[in-house]
Amino acid sequence: MSTPLIELDHVSQVFTTRRGPISAVDDVSLTIEAGQVLCLVGESGSGKTTTAKMIAGLRPPTSGQMRYNGQNISGLSSSQQGDFRRAVQIVHQDPYSSLNPIRTVFQTLAAPLLKHKIVRNKPAAVKRAQELLELVGLTPGANFLNTYPHQLSGGQRQRVSVARALTLNPRVIVADEAVSMVDVSLRVSILNMLLQLRDELGVTFLFITHDLAIAKYFAWSGNIGVMYLGRLVEYGRTPTVIAAPQHPYTRALLAAIPEPDPELTRAKGAMPLRSADLPSLLNLPPGCTFHPRCPLIEAGLCDAVAPTLVPVGEDQFSSCHVIARERTGHIATRDAALAAD
Amino acid sequence: MKQAGTSNGAGGKPEDKLVFAAKDLVVEYRTRRGPVQAVRGVTFDVHRGEAIALIGESGSGKSTLGLALLRLLTKSGVVREGSVVYYGRDGFEVDVLALGKEELRHFRWQECAMVFQSALNALNPVLRVWDQLYDTVRAHRPGAHRSDVRAQAVKLLQLVQLDPERVLLAYPHELSGGMRQRVSIAMSLLLDPQLIILDEPTTALDILTQRTIIDVLLNLRRELGFAMIFISHDLTIAAELADRVATMYAGRIVEFGDVRDIFYNPKHPYTVGLLEAVPPISGDLVALKSIPGNPPNLLALPDGCKFHPRCPYATAACSQEDPPLRPVGNGHSAACIHTDQVQLHRETVEVAP
Repeated sequence: MSTPLIELDHVSQVFTTRRGPISAVDDVSLTIEAGQVLCLVGESGSGKTTTAKMIAGLRPPTSGQMRYNGQNISGLSSSQQGDFRRAVQIVHQDPYSSLNPIRTVFQTLAAPLLKHKIVRNKPAAVKRAQELLELVGLTPGANFLNTYPHQLSGGQRQRVSVARALTLNPRVIVADEAVSMVDVSLRVSILNMLLQLRDELGVTFLFITHDLAIAKYFAWSGNIGVMYLGRLVEYGRTPTVIAAPQHPYTRALLAAIPEPDPELTRAKGAMPLRSADLPSLLNLPPGCTFHPRCPLIEAGLCDAVAPTLVPVGEDQFSSCHVIARERTGHIATRDAALAAD
Repeated sequence: MKQAGTSNGAGGKPEDKLVFAAKDLVVEYRTRRGPVQAVRGVTFDVHRGEAIALIGESGSGKSTLGLALLRLLTKSGVVREGSVVYYGRDGFEVDVLALGKEELRHFRWQECAMVFQSALNALNPVLRVWDQLYDTVRAHRPGAHRSDVRAQAVKLLQLVQLDPERVLLAYPHELSGGMRQRVSIAMSLLLDPQLIILDEPTTALDILTQRTIIDVLLNLRRELGFAMIFISHDLTIAAELADRVATMYAGRIVEFGDVRDIFYNPKHPYTVGLLEAVPPISGDLVALKSIPGNPPNLLALPDGCKFHPRCPYATAACSQEDPPLRPVGNGHSAACIHTDQVQLHRETVEVAP
């Protein structure tokens, strides 16, 4: 296999707060291949946005290594840093606050084009801005150049945000809940537009969402990583994770999602959790952080030993002792996995 | 657990007693650019213990309708036409639009209550949960005994799966979003209303929290037997909770029917469009389609059927006539002249992973 485009190697992000340190992302390792789609799924507080920000270079990890094209990001020269920052672009969740309200669409798109010398002069910037707008489905592009964000609908603004992310011909787009604030039908048109960009431009996607059904649709050809309280608890090929989830948290999520089908959704058995409440990040439970809610809990194991991601099937990883032992005969720690080899 | 909703499922059965009926309701907002009709002639009724979902995208008028039913519109909104009738437990009829201030105060909470989307804004931030609950009851029943109120509050909080000892003493900011939403739901039921209106009750909540809210509502309804109108842009919530579903577009109900008819045999192209845009979680990958175009500008609605500029079935006739709701089956109606052609298509996508 060639060098992955992006690698996270035991990456953590700890925030210092008045009430003590918060481990927003804890020991996450993952890889994204060029042209691939990786979807990170999790609830609020799971660390998915913090992970996205680290991958977009907006926030250096407090420990662990991030590699771009095989090179450690913290060791890059300033010109390589620039390359990395141009190559990875982020689309934020809220198109109402992420666009400058006093700039026209053209000004928003032209600034990076001219600054990074993607185009030589203003006429070329106009031409390129139009092309970008048409690429994201705002046609004819010329009609949108002189509009301000307040004149656009939420869906149109989000398309402008995507066009802006495309100005520097990025290799990776990090989309952080990019469709969670728009209506059902608009959401689909934006998702389909992003999928088309992936096919036409070969852009690699890191897609962050709390909605597994959206993740299933967007990342079907790629991978899903499920995060819980800062840790990656399950990782694998999307169709496998959706059809055969291993970690009890993933199973609970899948069982909880209502279906757009009355008979099916009413017959669906929810997975009973031992507690409905998410523990505080300031006071994480010992061992597996899911154990206070987990129906599979084994006292003395799950509340004592922190599990790590281990293989539990073909291209599927899960960080659950009980499941790992069922599959491999060993609990989910690195030592147990090593001892098995 | 899952049987809730089947009791009144067919809707419109003559033996079912009505609790609420809106007729030809028109709601207008005054804006700087002139009056805008957000609700343009809506007629529907709710039977005792029934759950009705109003679904549609932003701007479809569903929230305005919900507010108008309880006379909660802001100053710029007025009910221009139509009637809203509430049928009390002992058979008395209330003309909701004619209620005076004091009667309205009694009507809300004791007869009909509303649960808002953002439970943080709906709760008073400087009052503990217990004080808000107690205040609410005392405002309506000045003679209520503290111990009775407490017993009722504890019962309801338990029904919404909260720990009463902990929650009663908490301030809203000390609770998570899902817990606040459950407090709001418990509070709405405190004075035993016959109907509650929920505006986007699960929007902006995490999946497991959403599931808790859904289960709580199913449970409460089975226990207490109230009727619900819930407003949502999320079709899956309707599939889960509703007996009957009304699809709204540009201020009108364009399709109305039993939840199964709406999901399995939709007859309005807009309902079909919404359904084809929702990703199912189980099964193979299904191609999702978006509805072309943009939601209509209420200040400049197209002639004829308001959906025709976005409709794949549209013909010349559609720009002439704005069709009324017409029966297309038992208790099922749709406002479209092409209902015989309209069909839901879900295509499985074959992808080599």
